[in-house]
Amino acid sequence: MAASPVLPKLVGQRVKRREDPRLIQGLGTYVDDIKIVGMQHVAFKRSDLAHARILSVETSEAAAMPGVEAVLTGAQIAEFVDPMPIGTPFPSPDHRAVATDIVRYVGEPVAVVVASDRYLARDAADTIVIDYEPLPAVVDPERAMTGQPTQVHADFENNLAVALVPGGTGVSADLQTVDDSAVDAAFAAADVVVSQRMHNQRLAPTAMEARGVVAHYERGKDTMTIWSSTQNPHILRTFIAGMNGMGQDQVRAIAPEVGGGFGAKINIYGEEYVVAGLSKKLGLPLKWAEDRSEAFLATTHGRDIIGYIDLAATRDGKVLGMKLRLVADIGAYNMLLTAAIPTLTMMMANATYDIPAIRATLTEVFTNKTPTDAYRGAGRPEATYFVERGMDILATELGMDPAELRRKNFIQPDQFPYATQMGAVYDSGDYEKALDLGLKNADWDAMKQERDAARAEGRLVGMGLAMYVEVCGLGPSSSLPTGGWEHSQVTIERDGRISATTGASPHGQGNETTFGQMLADQFGVPLEHITIHHGDTGVVKQGIGTFGSRSQAVGGTALHLAGGKVKEKMAKFAAALIEAHEDDLVFEDGRISVKGVPDSGKTFAEVAGYAYVPVPLPEGLTPGLSEEAFFEPANNTYPFGCHISLVEVDRDTGEPTLLRLVAVDDAGNLINPLIVEGQIHGGLAQGIGQAMIEEVAYSEDGQPLTASFMDYAIPRAADFPRFELDNTVTPTPVNPLGAKGVGEAGTLGSTPCIVSATVDALSEFGVKHIDMMLRPEKLWQIIHGGQS
Amino acid sequence: MAQVTLTVNGKQRTAEVEPRMLLVHFLREQLMLTGTHVGCDTSQCGACTVLVDGRSAKACTLFAVQADGSEVTTIEGLADGDALHPLQDGFWEEHGLQCGYCTPGMIMSAVNLLNDNPAPSEAEIRHGLDGNFCRCTGYQHIVNAVQHAAGTASKE
Repeated sequence: MAASPVLPKLVGQRVKRREDPRLIQGLGTYVDDIKIVGMQHVAFKRSDLAHARILSVETSEAAAMPGVEAVLTGAQIAEFVDPMPIGTPFPSPDHRAVATDIVRYVGEPVAVVVASDRYLARDAADTIVIDYEPLPAVVDPERAMTGQPTQVHADFENNLAVALVPGGTGVSADLQTVDDSAVDAAFAAADVVVSQRMHNQRLAPTAMEARGVVAHYERGKDTMTIWSSTQNPHILRTFIAGMNGMGQDQVRAIAPEVGGGFGAKINIYGEEYVVAGLSKKLGLPLKWAEDRSEAFLATTHGRDIIGYIDLAATRDGKVLGMKLRLVADIGAYNMLLTAAIPTLTMMMANATYDIPAIRATLTEVFTNKTPTDAYRGAGRPEATYFVERGMDILATELGMDPAELRRKNFIQPDQFPYATQMGAVYDSGDYEKALDLGLKNADWDAMKQERDAARAEGRLVGMGLAMYVEVCGLGPSSSLPTGGWEHSQVTIERDGRISATTGASPHGQGNETTFGQMLADQFGVPLEHITIHHGDTGVVKQGIGTFGSRSQAVGGTALHLAGGKVKEKMAKFAAALIEAHEDDLVFEDGRISVKGVPDSGKTFAEVAGYAYVPVPLPEGLTPGLSEEAFFEPANNTYPFGCHISLVEVDRDTGEPTLLRLVAVDDAGNLINPLIVEGQIHGGLAQGIGQAMIEEVAYSEDGQPLTASFMDYAIPRAADFPRFELDNTVTPTPVNPLGAKGVGEAGTLGSTPCIVSATVDALSEFGVKHIDMMLRPEKLWQIIHGGQS
Repeated sequence: MAQVTLTVNGKQRTAEVEPRMLLVHFLREQLMLTGTHVGCDTSQCGACTVLVDGRSAKACTLFAVQADGSEVTTIEGLADGDALHPLQDGFWEEHGLQCGYCTPGMIMSAVNLLNDNPAPSEAEIRHGLDGNFCRCTGYQHIVNAVQHAAGTASKE
């Protein structure tokens, strides 16, 4: 017998990705790479006004163009595409995929063209003439709350999408009674109260691949296949089936290679409903590929929450109470999760601190802007930003080191599981450990000296620190209207190779690698013998999708459980074949054998082959090796960390430069530290982008001012120093892997710590807070205008 | 319609195209070379970067007719048979990609960068890739990938 190669354990190793060979050779297939015989192209004619009544839509010139298959107005689309559903329990106005009477943001679809060629479809759309009666537009959410100067939706008085949700200490579970006594007492007892209004500005998620859809309704089979650049093909299938009067068994949704999502590809969009519905109506395969300028208008935006924070503390720095009033500008409509995102800001307002009394309130407001929905972090970066900036303002007020103020208020390791004032139950944590490692890696005291030495030379240098805790691994079904589980099926094929499915649908996360690592270890087989299938409801029986940093914690656990089930069955087959007891068997190096006696066993493939031709069939077994598992966690996970930055501001130009970014992140147990590093890098880049250069802007009449990469800055390579990463490991008890999730972490701490560092750099000008983004002109005004 | 003849990945191609057809659409839709991607419509993002006569060019900024007579290399033509180009290898080894959408253009720009400067400093790499956006990686692993290919990776 040839000796089996010894297979190293892969979980915890920096395994290079299995996805990469195709992607680095240009051999991946994204939606816009798909061609089907007879396929036609769809283009949308979009509103160029922020608020207007549609008086007429003139399509005859477009319809007459050779090669144009169909031109449809909103009213015509409404005949077969119902108002769009949402995924939250909040009241929502009627929202048509293509506007029928009133447009409410620039970019809202008004008409649709189907043509033989993508250039032609766009040409034809350009000939459509729409007669509008302009209406006043509202872009300022706090003005919108007064009902002025316009009402975005007739049935939502004062533009209140969500009038007021109370949260925190003394709020009954049904939100019906609010007892302020504890909060009032905290503020009455305080030596110091600091207050600040802040804006966590609107951002464009900007996946490098914009959205795209191919829909192919096959009349003979009465089935629909839809390819979409989505994070959650199973949710897409559910909604596409429902909107087309089809069963979920008749719809197959495929997320092929997906070029980034960042939360904006969770939502099921009007374009998906229209392209699918039109494919069914016309009996043609159709493609729509969003271009970048469209994406800035029509793909959901993120953030845009105003926060008013008050912190009450003793003179020696113990926080006694907090008030946080949130006003979220959700844009013109409720999308899939829109209304739920700011509730996560509420939920995480407790941050990493043991605050005895908190009163938070949330109001969500309609304006004439692109709707918001999830963007990387989705509600938690906002909470972190408000609280961490508040803590820094408090530290300045008290003359305390910002690190020491935080240390004084941390939830302690022995307090976990910790029920927060906001209703969350943090699973595990050791915040001081992350802080200490951050301070050590940054060399906090030396950094202070470096800062002070630079200041002595007249340079404007500042340092900032932020702690964060986020909610990941979403979550129990009680917290997710889609269901909060994940699903996996693991099949040992007849030749001993492994096929596994996961409902977690990756778009850059590397699940083919990490999930492969897990199975390779579980079964003691080479990684190359494992294929992870994902992103196709025709292959992956069930799933929810990838968002809320849930792939590993929820999807990975489902995979682990399914693998465990099939392994148990395989051990029974092996026991019969080897004539050993199943409890004595080990799976390693491609063999199943009696522990300590490698020669006693059979190869993995031999046992697999036996399971499919089981002669004789062991008693109590059925043939085959394929098992599935659903996993629903009992709670979310709560990763945390500490981010520290050093920033210099140019005195002459006001331009800020990030000199150092030190990050300590705790995501629990790690499967692949290389991939985790990449996730953190990417999150940091987006968090830094928000602090320094990104902002979606509108004119007063609702015209977007940042509708292309010429006006909306996303970070480039030269914008960053080399990030300095480290981690602590505090496993979660919520799942057997101990993994918490890491996809969004980087966006949480980086943003406030950079703003704090910049405020620190400009401390000589008496500035207390600077709203993002840190535009050089804004900083120059502080330096040279002598005001904050 | 206009006739163009160009050499793409070593193969001569002649086609009838609309004069307004962008080179990137010609490559993707007529030659089925879909490895070259479109990430914007204002020539900022660099996802469509290819080599035209050995120099990097954004294929959304050129009409196909402008490339008439040129030699074009796309990501599909970069490897030497089964042997990956050192930059492809570098991106794989150093986890220089996540979603992979910007990657072909990023690699083609890096080819041009290393052709001009075989041993760039980290700052030169970062500035040299200024015309290519990546939303996933934060660029650090991309810098490592280019250093790996250039043989200038610092010992960390």
